[in-house]
Amino acid sequence: MLSNLWLLFAIPAASATILLLSGKRALKWGPWLGVIAPAISFVLGLIMFFQLRDLNPRVTEQNLWSFIPVGDLQVSFGLMFDPLTAVFVLLITGVGSLIHLYAVGYMAHDERRVTFFGYFNLFITAMLLLVLGNNYVMLYLGWEGVGLASYLLISFWYTRPSAATAGKKAFIMNRVGDAGFILAIFLMFAYLNTVNYGQVFERVGSLSANTMLILGLLLLLGACGKSGQFPLQAWLPDAMEGPTPVSALIHAATMVTAGVYVIARSNPVFSANTTLQLIVVSVGTITLLLGCIIGCAKDDIKRVLAWSTVSQIGYMFLGVGLGGGAYALAIIHLLAHGFFKANMFLGAGSVMHGMKDQVDIRRFGALSKYMKITWLTFMMGWLAIIGIPPLSGYFTKEPIIAAAFERGDWTSWLFGWAALLGALLTAFYMTRLFVLTFHGPKRWTEGQHPHESPPVMWIPLVFLAIGSVVAGYLMHTSVVDWLNPVFAGVENVPEYEPVMPHWLISVLGVAFAVLGAGLAWAIFGRGTALEPEPAGVVVTAARNNLYTDAFNEVVFEKPGRWLTRALVYVDNKGVDGVVNGLAALVGGGSGRMRRLQTGFVRSYALSMLLGGVLVLGALLAVRLG
Amino acid sequence: MIDVSWGEQVVFYILAPIAVIGALGMVMARNAVHSALWLVLTMLSLGVFYIVQAGPFIGMVQIIVYTGAIMMLFLFVLMLVGRDASDSVIETLRGQKVAAIALGVGLGVLLGTGLYRGTVDLTPVGLAEANKNGNVQGLASLIFTKYVWAFEVTSALLISAAVGAMILAHVERRKDERIGQAAMMKERFLPGNYPGPKPGPGVYATSNSVATPAKLPDGNPAQRSISPILPLRELEPAEKADKHTLTGGHQS
Amino acid sequence: MTPMWYIVLSAILFSVGAVGVLIRRNAIVLFMCIELMLNAANLALVTFSRINGTLDGQIMAFFVMVVAAAEVVIGLAIIMLIFRTRRSASVDDANLLKY
Repeated sequence: MLSNLWLLFAIPAASATILLLSGKRALKWGPWLGVIAPAISFVLGLIMFFQLRDLNPRVTEQNLWSFIPVGDLQVSFGLMFDPLTAVFVLLITGVGSLIHLYAVGYMAHDERRVTFFGYFNLFITAMLLLVLGNNYVMLYLGWEGVGLASYLLISFWYTRPSAATAGKKAFIMNRVGDAGFILAIFLMFAYLNTVNYGQVFERVGSLSANTMLILGLLLLLGACGKSGQFPLQAWLPDAMEGPTPVSALIHAATMVTAGVYVIARSNPVFSANTTLQLIVVSVGTITLLLGCIIGCAKDDIKRVLAWSTVSQIGYMFLGVGLGGGAYALAIIHLLAHGFFKANMFLGAGSVMHGMKDQVDIRRFGALSKYMKITWLTFMMGWLAIIGIPPLSGYFTKEPIIAAAFERGDWTSWLFGWAALLGALLTAFYMTRLFVLTFHGPKRWTEGQHPHESPPVMWIPLVFLAIGSVVAGYLMHTSVVDWLNPVFAGVENVPEYEPVMPHWLISVLGVAFAVLGAGLAWAIFGRGTALEPEPAGVVVTAARNNLYTDAFNEVVFEKPGRWLTRALVYVDNKGVDGVVNGLAALVGGGSGRMRRLQTGFVRSYALSMLLGGVLVLGALLAVRLG
Repeated sequence: MIDVSWGEQVVFYILAPIAVIGALGMVMARNAVHSALWLVLTMLSLGVFYIVQAGPFIGMVQIIVYTGAIMMLFLFVLMLVGRDASDSVIETLRGQKVAAIALGVGLGVLLGTGLYRGTVDLTPVGLAEANKNGNVQGLASLIFTKYVWAFEVTSALLISAAVGAMILAHVERRKDERIGQAAMMKERFLPGNYPGPKPGPGVYATSNSVATPAKLPDGNPAQRSISPILPLRELEPAEKADKHTLTGGHQS
Repeated sequence: MTPMWYIVLSAILFSVGAVGVLIRRNAIVLFMCIELMLNAANLALVTFSRINGTLDGQIMAFFVMVVAAAEVVIGLAIIMLIFRTRRSASVDDANLLKY
């Protein structure tokens, strides 16, 4: 089975092709084909996973064909299956299949659902290519593929201007990151003469510290773009304009974690430079706090979850930035997050489904009575994300916080406490979301008749809820050891003692979670105002995304516009001026020249005679002179 | 070096100025008919030159065909077009006249000196040898041997020109523009139209010119009796005066 | 005197004809000037014939006459046509084909 890695992405690719080509003819069976394709990939991935376990070393590579053979640049269409890839393949196909199943119910009444499933399978294909590649060009191929699928799906309801704009915003901000990523690939080729993972990591030690720093920063820029990290986080909340399954699969569970994958995959680059690690950690910390703070102020159920995603990926960046054993922690948190965030997004979708697409949490309330299954499954996700002990979030987030305390110098305090503060805020805003949605008094708009979603939608919720609960036990299995070969070479980093005892950190984490949750319950347990009320500076800033959008507008968009205008001016007056001036010169000259064409035969005859006389004179001058 | 005979020299010295005068007269005459007549003068002189240069056939052709036929054709067309036969003096194109004359003089000087200097050293052979069987026979033997192809092509040229002239001169009326006899008669008898034949011009003992109008019973000239393109010619007092034809022409 | 003076006369007549083409406006007079130029050329041809001692020059003059005849026929027909449509035989009036 391991010799046929290509099957993993070929099946969804074939399905996507069929779906996109058949269009409305596939209205009946199309969605189910779309579900079956990733499901088959999941089964194949599971088989490969178990086969991989018996290998030693646990890695297999295949070069299918020569992809870009140009002079020194020899890129093969190569695939690699190692523990890290295996984990991602299972996450993508497993959670992906469940969300596909959910989407069958969610999109049941959409005219273009076949196209939707075609794009969805295209996304699965690209994401699998991204994680299966054995070199950075393959990674980039999948990277752009998921970017395309993301754009197509965010603006799936493209007749809504907001959706079209959100798609463009996502695409453009991703371009910034992608530019960094492709520059990183160029840099690798220029300095290391290869883009293969293995060879890059072998030779990366030969780079100077500055080159390595630049390489790492460029990779980080790419990762930030894709994962919605500071300073490129602004597109992710807007991406919620897409259908909810898209938000769940692409913008919560899988695609946005691609940045974490890149950093984890490139761990030899990042581990080798402490400055780089400090930057990654800072990015992660800033993002997680940013996400939490803004998440507290948002009223749109999907946007709260989106900012929560931003914040949770911040935790993952914090993890991968810390290096050493924290790589595996970040990946496991990524897995658990994939479950509970997908679960909550789908739960939100279920709520919207029952509430006529209402998204304002101020207009929910008391839904626990009407949507029992959604309520229960959402509760699992909620408890998981805020880190209540028996659930997954506790087991995956708490070690990252603990690791943040283990940096060995004063920064331990800074990042550790920031992570703890993030946990407190996470508990606060997630509880606010949960309470306002499912408890407290009804604040519905008129004519609402909430009802539970059909089984095709709640069955995936149940599976994901189970995942949310049990994913934490991965920590107690061999997954950490399982992932370690991938992060080999990082074992020799010095171990520092945590600045606080480990048990204290655990207790503090749980205490903060309970504190935040209790605080939120106390404030919002009795509901809230139907409209946002005027608030203080901090809340207003948070409602405005901490003015990051305004910052982008002033610092990047406005000068961009000016530059464009200036260029248009130069083009109109300068370039066109030269062209038009030349044309005017020729035209004017011709206009004057044509006056010679008087229409008078005698004038023409005169010039003929002049010519004749000149020729004659010349002839005689030559003959006689 | 053949001798240019004394007689030929006399002819040249007399006719060359006449030819130049004729040419200048043609260019300068205001009236086109006068131009044509001046040109005839030049052409006749040239005809004589051809004859004295041992080309009697070409000389006669010049006089008969050119001067006789082609120039008559010119006059014929002039009569057809004739009403504005004389040019106005005002030159519309600025500087055209000065430039033309300057260039013409330049051309003449260059051409004359160039040709003269190019040929003055040649020894004229004379046509005595070529014409020993007679000029016409010499030409004929060349035309029908060496130049027979050009000669035949000439026939094609002439027939094309004839057909072309006919096509150009022909005015085709569309069928619906043709007027039937009935319509023509209706038009003729419409009120306001005089159906009878128009009166002829006046015929008098002293003048029967087509420009002299006939007289109406009241003694006024009948405008209809002359062509509208002709200026009315009034009878002079001498012509109007009583000629005493009834009294035998004697005045007392 | 040599026969070359005929050539000089021919050049003079040709130039006069050329000037006439340039300064006269009546199309028919214009045509006459062209005829004069042709005749001047004919005179030169006949003289060359005499200088060379062959009759080819006279034959050439003969052909020039034929061509001149054909040209006059067509040219006058065109003048008639123009006159019929424009009521004018002035070449300056036929100046529509211009800038």
